[in-house]
Amino acid sequence: MKKESAIQIDKLTVAYEAQPVLLNISLAFKKGKMTAIVGPNGAGKSTMIKAMLGLVEPVTGEVVYQDVDQEAVSYKELKNRIAYVPQNTSVDWDFPTTVRDVVLMGRYGHLGWFKRPKNKDREIARQMLLKVGLPSFASRQISQLSGGQRQRVFLARALAQEADVYIMDEPLAGVDMKTEHIIMKLLKQLVAEGKTVLVVHHDLQTVEEYFDDIVFINQEVIAAGPVDETFDKQTVKKTYHRDRNLGEGE
Amino acid sequence: MSMITEITLIAVVVAVACALPGVFLVLRGVTMVSDAITHTVLLGIVLAFFITQDLNSPLLMIGATLVGVATVWLIETIQRSALVSTDAAIGIVFPLFFSIAIILITLYAGDVHLDEDAVLMGDLAFAPFRRVDVFGLDMGPQSLWVMSVILVMNALFIFFFYKELKITTFDPAFAAALGFTPMIIHYALMTLVSLTAVGAYDSVGSILIVGFMVGPALSGYLLTHSLKKMISITVLIAVVNSVSGVQLAFFFDTTIAGMIAVVTGFTTLLVLVFSPRKGLYKQQLNQKRARKLLDKRIKTLT
Ligand SMILES: Nc1ncnc2c1ncn2[C@@H]1O[C@H](COP(=O)(O)OP(=O)(O)OP(=O)(O)O)[C@@H](O)[C@H]1O
Ligand SMILES: [Mg+2]
Repeated sequence: MKKESAIQIDKLTVAYEAQPVLLNISLAFKKGKMTAIVGPNGAGKSTMIKAMLGLVEPVTGEVVYQDVDQEAVSYKELKNRIAYVPQNTSVDWDFPTTVRDVVLMGRYGHLGWFKRPKNKDREIARQMLLKVGLPSFASRQISQLSGGQRQRVFLARALAQEADVYIMDEPLAGVDMKTEHIIMKLLKQLVAEGKTVLVVHHDLQTVEEYFDDIVFINQEVIAAGPVDETFDKQTVKKTYHRDRNLGEGE
Repeated sequence: MSMITEITLIAVVVAVACALPGVFLVLRGVTMVSDAITHTVLLGIVLAFFITQDLNSPLLMIGATLVGVATVWLIETIQRSALVSTDAAIGIVFPLFFSIAIILITLYAGDVHLDEDAVLMGDLAFAPFRRVDVFGLDMGPQSLWVMSVILVMNALFIFFFYKELKITTFDPAFAAALGFTPMIIHYALMTLVSLTAVGAYDSVGSILIVGFMVGPALSGYLLTHSLKKMISITVLIAVVNSVSGVQLAFFFDTTIAGMIAVVTGFTTLLVLVFSPRKGLYKQQLNQKRARKLLDKRIKTLT
């Protein structure tokens, strides 16, 4: 079975306990595009991503990825080709490890069990740290970083994975203008290299500037398509003014 | 070998064997789970003893390790399903298993070596008296052999699974996403902790094993920002503690394991106060310095 899109979500329904959070989501993400995932708090954006990564079990539906030969495969078969930066990185910040070490962890997936990072991996980690503008922080313990710097370290770790698909859950939350530019420049570079980038995004002002495609989500897919065709006031209103418990309210 | 050399050797091997998995117990914040394990393995020993009627049977070790792992599993299952905190779950499982073991001992095994005192406060002083001999040839104390094997197993585990231990401890979600099953590493670690606890039972007793596991690792944690260095420092401190503990115990003619535990507690507190990186003293000093600097700045402003 061949698929045109990098990722295809088919009739996905996810529930926490008995409460459905996502209802019958069908979407396709195009290869080599940057797609914004937009919706109000609690819309189910993070949940959708987690379901795509097999971190939560869907009630029904499936997610299919396209591999290098354009064959349709499941997430499991593609693990190392997907990089994910979660909304809240829940790591132990006091862990005895340096910034350099954390970025190097991005290489672990390529190494597999037992094997140790080689010089090539260290070199890649070094370059990625350079890319996010933190080379002078390499030897720092990770607790000694600001929130924005932490974001960038985890971005560098994701870059070190050299994946085909990058899924970022609010990478721009709480970062300053300068960091936002650094991050967006890097993501654009990835797209230019033909990689697929999904970004959960809250700032509607910058959608047109940053993204190729957009997906509006509020429990269901409200709209999806190229930004210049899909992104308008009405759709935004429809997405954000929907009372989740009463269906279409306003 | 003289008796004191043998005892020192056993003490060092026990201390290092405990300290190695201790590094990851401290980093994972599960030291209290390991405390529970070191006690509940007793139930495994008792049950296996009833089956084999032989205190030297290797089945005792296997039974105890299994109960140790069952302890972890039960604690985690209760915690997940009942939505109680980990320490509440420990508070249910640990006393349950442990008291069943104690009751079984008092009811049925009153006259064997399996008495409560020996179990709670094993004694290094007697360790050299149980010896291994092969065809009449004295091969040294049994506990030295047992603990050396366990030490090597622990060291090999950390050596081969260093990367996996590191990533599943630091960022389990990421580890899982990459395909390193954190569950496997977790239970492997806990199995070794159980095995180590059982092995150390005879010489150290269940109360003190946790001290052996946690103390040196905590010192290592406070002294460095690198995991590799933390492991080396932990081992070094474990050696220093046990050697000086044995010396002091002979000097004061008192319990050896107890003395090592006291020394361990003492060095840990010392590090806690004086660690050049994160110590309490250093924090005070830094605050004072910062305040002085600020005062100066404020003065120049006004
Ligand atoms: N682990 C969980 N258990 C139960 N309910 C959950 C869980 N995680 C999320 N939810 C609920 O699912 C819904 C969707 O959550 P989700 O995190 O996907 O939202 P989101 O779109 O990412 O929101 P935000 O913009 O705030 O990040 C919310 O109503 C939330 O309360
Ligand atoms: Mg979210």
